[in-house]
Amino acid sequence: MSAGLTPMRAWLLMLPLLAVMLGVIGWPFVDTLRLSFTDARLVGTGGDYVGFANYDRLFASRAFWRAFVVTTEFAVVSVFIEMVLGVLVALLLYQSFRGRNVLRALLILPWALPTVVNALLWRLIYNPEYGALNAALVQTGLLDVYRSWLGDPNSALVALIVADAWKNFPLVALISLAALHAVPHDIRAAAIVDGAGALSRFRYVILPYLAGPLMVALVLRTIEAFKVFDIIWVMTRGGPANSTRTLSILVYQEAFSFQRAGSGASLALIVTLAVTVLAVAYAALIRKSAGARF
Amino acid sequence: MERQNPGFTVFLYLCAALLALMILAPFGWLFVMSISSTSDLISKPLRWWPEQSDWSRYRILFDTTPNTHGAALMAALGNSVKVAAIATVAALAVSVPAGWAVSRSSAVGWSLWLVIGTYMLPPVALAVPLYMGLAALGMLNTKIGLAVVYLTVLAPFTAWLLKSGFDPIPRDLEMAAAIDGARLDQTLRIIILPLAAPVIGTAALFAYLLAWDEFFYALLFTSDHRAKTVTVAIADLAGGRVADYGLIATAGVIAALPPVIFGLIMQRALISGLTAGSVKG
Repeated sequence: MSAGLTPMRAWLLMLPLLAVMLGVIGWPFVDTLRLSFTDARLVGTGGDYVGFANYDRLFASRAFWRAFVVTTEFAVVSVFIEMVLGVLVALLLYQSFRGRNVLRALLILPWALPTVVNALLWRLIYNPEYGALNAALVQTGLLDVYRSWLGDPNSALVALIVADAWKNFPLVALISLAALHAVPHDIRAAAIVDGAGALSRFRYVILPYLAGPLMVALVLRTIEAFKVFDIIWVMTRGGPANSTRTLSILVYQEAFSFQRAGSGASLALIVTLAVTVLAVAYAALIRKSAGARF
Repeated sequence: MERQNPGFTVFLYLCAALLALMILAPFGWLFVMSISSTSDLISKPLRWWPEQSDWSRYRILFDTTPNTHGAALMAALGNSVKVAAIATVAALAVSVPAGWAVSRSSAVGWSLWLVIGTYMLPPVALAVPLYMGLAALGMLNTKIGLAVVYLTVLAPFTAWLLKSGFDPIPRDLEMAAAIDGARLDQTLRIIILPLAAPVIGTAALFAYLLAWDEFFYALLFTSDHRAKTVTVAIADLAGGRVADYGLIATAGVIAALPPVIFGLIMQRALISGLTAGSVKG
């Protein structure tokens, strides 16, 4: 009854949002579910019920498992780099030195850069003939001959991860920085007076304050990384030799390039399931770490 | 903190310089490419600074003579501006009342969690039915159609941002208004909106940047100058047969400028919005 907002009125205010969500998310999702049990094409024929045939074929296909591994590698490695780099940068920017505020402002730049422009930028840097990376490495003597960073199945995924981590570590850094400023000064001072070394101060004084926000950043970044499409599409389209073909790229190819809407839908649902399992596992972990408080 | 020894200070400045270089070098190179002559860009060893700066590519890309790269990019920029604006306004129209309702009544809270939970859905899980639906309505390759699809991303996000922004606004005023006999819509319009303006502004900014950045749906649902957004135009350029890398870089600079300038100016609002949800829990 607070502020005179009855449940009835509250629902009335929720209604527009819920109606929109039902239209643009609820219905398409249910329809994807239905399509996944059919052999529907993207255009034309309606598609007949085929039971679990799409799912059976997927689980038996090498392309699916390969994409699953590539997606996991991309997500784990790039998120790991972002978290470590983000925390280190936050610890640096928490110190007081001249130019600190300028650096903090710069941090917003990679984050604000559109993902597609970021992809284009790194594609130019990695260019096998005229790219800045080759030029810089050869001119400093670190590399003998120019390499095709994105054209070599052994280096393409790593090159993508570097580009992704460069754009996304600022988010982790900004979140960590805000968390660091929440550490009470007297506790830090007390730890110093008690003679705690830098490492144990980080472990016992600072980390408890960082843990919660970092977990949130970890969840958000992992979910994003698992859904990755844009940066890969612009930089490699999943190649070379499918070495960077993630699950989202595979769904796109299946449903839109090959127009197999039914099997694309079943693949999309498996991706959704994987992301959901991940998120639920994280949520449990967060609850546990919040309870234990280290 | 006061007991910094000189070695530590040197180490600090080294790290700071390294960080600045790491952030700025890629940006700097994109800009240098955009003003270097083609022969500079393909010279070996590579020339890191142009002998003579060449701004002609900016002229090419801002020139809207039909069927040129400039016309395509400018049309795409215009489409991005409009699609992002429509989607932002629509998202706020549904999420402002919803965010307020969740902030002020415990009865509807769970439905917001349901809405936020949709964040986990990858766009590929919605893309096929959305494509078929837009096709059936004749809304493929339209700005309105794309903006409606963008609500899948913008509406849950703004609702969550607004709810946490409304929470700290005191309720006394609303109560007073209710006692004075104000209707619900009057309370919302006269009392809440002015107080919540900064929060709503931040939400609008995030929504706009999010829409500007979107690529997947735009790639699927648009096909020519009528609705193609700037992200798709950039991807076309990057993957196409353009021989001049400088032109690609210039297009990148132009597409990146609006959000980057926005980001720098609105930094404070952006950072508080980015960190609010995670640090306060």
